[in-house]
Amino acid sequence: MESEETLPIVVEFTGGLEMLFSDERKHRLSVPARDSKGDAVTVGWLVDYLCEEIMKDNRKEMFVLDGHVRPGILVLINDADWELEGEASYALQPNDNILFVSTLHGG
Amino acid sequence: MAPVPCAICKTSRALIIRPKNHQKLCKGCFITIFEEEIHHTVTTTKLFSRGDRIAIGASGGKDSTVLASVLKTLNERYNYGLELVLLSIDEGIKGYRDDSLETVKRNAVQYDMPLKIVGYDELYGWTMDQVVEAIGKKGNCTYCGVFRRQALDRGAKMLGIKHVVTGHNADDVAETILMNLLRGDLPRLARSTSIVTGDESSEVRRSKPLKYAYEKEIVLYAHHKKLDYFSTECLYSPEAFRGSARSLIKNLERVRPSAILDVVRSGEDMAKLVPEAVTGISHCKSQKVSLSSADGEEEGAAGCGTNGRSSGGEMADMEKKLQEDEEASSREVEITSKVPNGVNGQRHDRIGAKPESRNGVKREPGKKLTRQTLGTCKTCGYMSSQDICKACMLLEGLNKNRPKMEIEIDVEDEESSTLRRKMEGLALTAA
Repeated sequence: MESEETLPIVVEFTGGLEMLFSDERKHRLSVPARDSKGDAVTVGWLVDYLCEEIMKDNRKEMFVLDGHVRPGILVLINDADWELEGEASYALQPNDNILFVSTLHGG
Repeated sequence: MAPVPCAICKTSRALIIRPKNHQKLCKGCFITIFEEEIHHTVTTTKLFSRGDRIAIGASGGKDSTVLASVLKTLNERYNYGLELVLLSIDEGIKGYRDDSLETVKRNAVQYDMPLKIVGYDELYGWTMDQVVEAIGKKGNCTYCGVFRRQALDRGAKMLGIKHVVTGHNADDVAETILMNLLRGDLPRLARSTSIVTGDESSEVRRSKPLKYAYEKEIVLYAHHKKLDYFSTECLYSPEAFRGSARSLIKNLERVRPSAILDVVRSGEDMAKLVPEAVTGISHCKSQKVSLSSADGEEEGAAGCGTNGRSSGGEMADMEKKLQEDEEASSREVEITSKVPNGVNGQRHDRIGAKPESRNGVKREPGKKLTRQTLGTCKTCGYMSSQDICKACMLLEGLNKNRPKMEIEIDVEDEESSTLRRKMEGLALTAA
């Protein structure tokens, strides 16, 4: 059951990842607050959502590999390493800033 | 999750988990400890002397930007007495390098450092765009890599500078160690682990002060210090073998973050076991430069999009591998024979366990020593271990404006020591 409720969040892509997302570094999104099962949405949910709804590029494997954020991509939740926040299980809060930084690209 | 306090200051909120020890740090403490560790690397390896003029190989990417920022900070904080200059190479790739050079130009202003840009077109008469037009995308990384390494030397000489620092990080070094391990190339494995190539008497030394810094921390440092860097993929990078090594490293890091530094340390330990005659790295001062800087066989040179310099294809790799397998076995004998003489006593338990059964052809030491003789290229006058340096060989082919013979391309894709080995291999087969 999807609810009408939405969460305003900011998602940023840097380190070369922005090229997968219409070359836009900063995306202000309003995402559903609940997933299809009615649970609060998490960063893991967001990653899928970004792939399905936001990414125009078809090179999905450059962002997600085997169901996980590709190794070498850092995820920062409000500037904190997502490992400190429970990684994919972190429940999104209003006005969160989620940053994906690729370390894989050179200069 | 409840906020975790910083393990050092105990007051601010931890934002970073250090890959090497899982330490949880706040932004301020992380920035300090990151800088202090580079300072530690610089001082314990006696990398610089007061009054040195240092060229920072700057691509505008994260690594060289962080290197420039940290060296500027440390130079001021600890009064190193260094004169820092940014040195950038313009490979001539439209839509790639021209953008990143804009970043370097901004960095020059931000860090108040002079900037020198040298272009492939002025040095060689070819831009990479033109090279690719002539030879196609395949194998172009070889040209770019060979040209870039020499271009850094040339740029440094134009500036009257004898020491170039590059932004190679721990992940890059680990990746190169793994690649050389997978290719069975112990000499290059050994050379790739050293923090500096060349010594006081060298025309241009190379060093990598970020050798022990995790790529992850470099990116976090750049993020938290809000450094202005550029990231994009080289338009031409095919990247095969290095790409696989890189994925392997990144996958290992996810499971066991300390793995990257562990590989670097293992590489260093293995390097100690490789006899001098094989590595070309001398522990005494008689050796001028280890071959790596002259022959362009270091790991991905700073500035290449993917750090990639994959050789001409998997067939070539496989062929090379087969040849090197043979080589490795003959070297192995040499290693075991050296150790009892106490080359590296503390490791001799491991070596002692090695089977002696592989009694392959033993090479005369003299043969190997020729590999290290460093002279100058007869054509361009720059450092080379051969009469004609690789850059000039490649240029000759380009200038003839025709595709090179297949065997030549093959050889060029590999490193000069491999060339020699191949030739030795042929000689052996003939005999």
